[in-house]
Amino acid sequence: MTEALLDIQRLDAFYGDFQALYGVGMQVNRGDVIAVIGANGAGKTTLMRAVTGFLRARPDAVCWKGRPIGGMRVDQIAALGIALVPEGRLLFASLSVEENLMIGGQLKRKGPWSLKRIYDLFPVLEERRNAPATSLSGGQQQMVAIGRALMSNPELIMMDEISLGLAPVIIRSIYEALPGIIGEGLTAIVVEQDIAKALSVSSRVYCLQEGRVSLTGPSGKVSHDEISRAYFGI
Amino acid sequence: MEFWLEPIIQGILLGGLYALFAAGLSLIFGVMRLVNIAHGDLIVLSSYVALTTSVMLGLHPLAAALIVVPVMALAGYGLQRLLLNRTMGNDILPPLLVTFGLSVIIQNALLTFYSADPQKLKAGAIETASLGIGPVSVGVLPLIVFMTAVLVIGLLQWMFYHTALGRAFRATSDRQDIVQLMGINRAHIFALAMALALAVTALAGVFLGIRTSFDPAAGGSRLIFGFEAVIIGGLGNIWGTLAGGVILGVAQTLGAKIDPGFQVQAGHLVFLIILAVRPRGLFPRID
Repeated sequence: MTEALLDIQRLDAFYGDFQALYGVGMQVNRGDVIAVIGANGAGKTTLMRAVTGFLRARPDAVCWKGRPIGGMRVDQIAALGIALVPEGRLLFASLSVEENLMIGGQLKRKGPWSLKRIYDLFPVLEERRNAPATSLSGGQQQMVAIGRALMSNPELIMMDEISLGLAPVIIRSIYEALPGIIGEGLTAIVVEQDIAKALSVSSRVYCLQEGRVSLTGPSGKVSHDEISRAYFGI
Repeated sequence: MEFWLEPIIQGILLGGLYALFAAGLSLIFGVMRLVNIAHGDLIVLSSYVALTTSVMLGLHPLAAALIVVPVMALAGYGLQRLLLNRTMGNDILPPLLVTFGLSVIIQNALLTFYSADPQKLKAGAIETASLGIGPVSVGVLPLIVFMTAVLVIGLLQWMFYHTALGRAFRATSDRQDIVQLMGINRAHIFALAMALALAVTALAGVFLGIRTSFDPAAGGSRLIFGFEAVIIGGLGNIWGTLAGGVILGVAQTLGAKIDPGFQVQAGHLVFLIILAVRPRGLFPRID
């Protein structure tokens, strides 16, 4: 049996006294594209925050290549090769487009991604390289956020709601770029509200409902009924 | 004309010292939103460290700066890592209160070790040397201070916009949480900012000690001058800080020309007027 790249077991997460995740489990193997779906407040973003270290987790609740990483600092977890494209993009406003990308590469991990590769993937960013990052359109900002995460040459990239608040035509162009990203042997977790989009890019799907995994299976094999039951709990 | 020209030039040069007071404050606030009430006392502490170094090693105060600057930078790193980082969070009040306590501790420690007697760094002939430029004579020491301030601020500006560390400082200022996703240890970045700020503060302390006599209680007014220069120049703008220092310096020397007792008051008045007319300062950067 091959060891999972990321192994989440019985993960609980709290905001103060409020428990947001209850015993969540997830196995991500190298090369997987995992979709995480669920309604608002189901715990999708909380799961990302727990994996990246923003929320405290029991050490063995999150294992990376067999090694417990729960409770490590955010920057230490990032240095292992886990990158997050955060919900809402959250670019650095006083940095230019290019500086946002360069700070993503500050870890100096080795790999295929460089400024040039990012500009090949999203040519519009090269045209706007010296513009303040937050002066770009929403879709372009999302490209910067994805580029910033890729620049660290991660082994696992997690994308939280990358289509949120964007026009459908922009969403399509970003999703068209995804195979070019994931094709690099990258492992990805895609958090999405748009179920059809999520299923189309992923190999396996996890549905969260009120902080618990309510459904998991190969993306091609789960039925529409199963998903609506797992999604809405009816 | 010459009657006014000389105090204006002196004021501009004095502004260099105030810009050095202010640069550290501005840097710390810019990177981590920390209002350092102990800043003035750290300046005076630097003067005392310079005093001890120059007396014990028999060094000229300007040469002692080569030791004082790294010592204060190291102290700043430790201060931030061991004490201030524990108070940092969404609330800006706890670190402010801790620096207030630090201010009291530094003043009393200086009082214990050095007594309340005023001290001075003896720099010899350079203290009184002057250059005649046209009709006015300009002190060599104030000129050195001013040129140092321009150099320091130029270097800080360059560091902020052209180095990876500067990029990390600006990104941390924007989003303290997300910057950690870039693999950047926030605690370390904060400590580096404090180290850099105290390195500048150390220079300010050496120049202060050569220029005037100082005592353990001298920090308060230095903090005020630093704050005024930062606010006049506009938060987050490093060159603005130099402009703020110069405006404050000129206001003070012109005030002194009118009436020697009016010097400090004139500076405060100009500060209040600018605060009333342009509450965000003359060249604001941070929103």
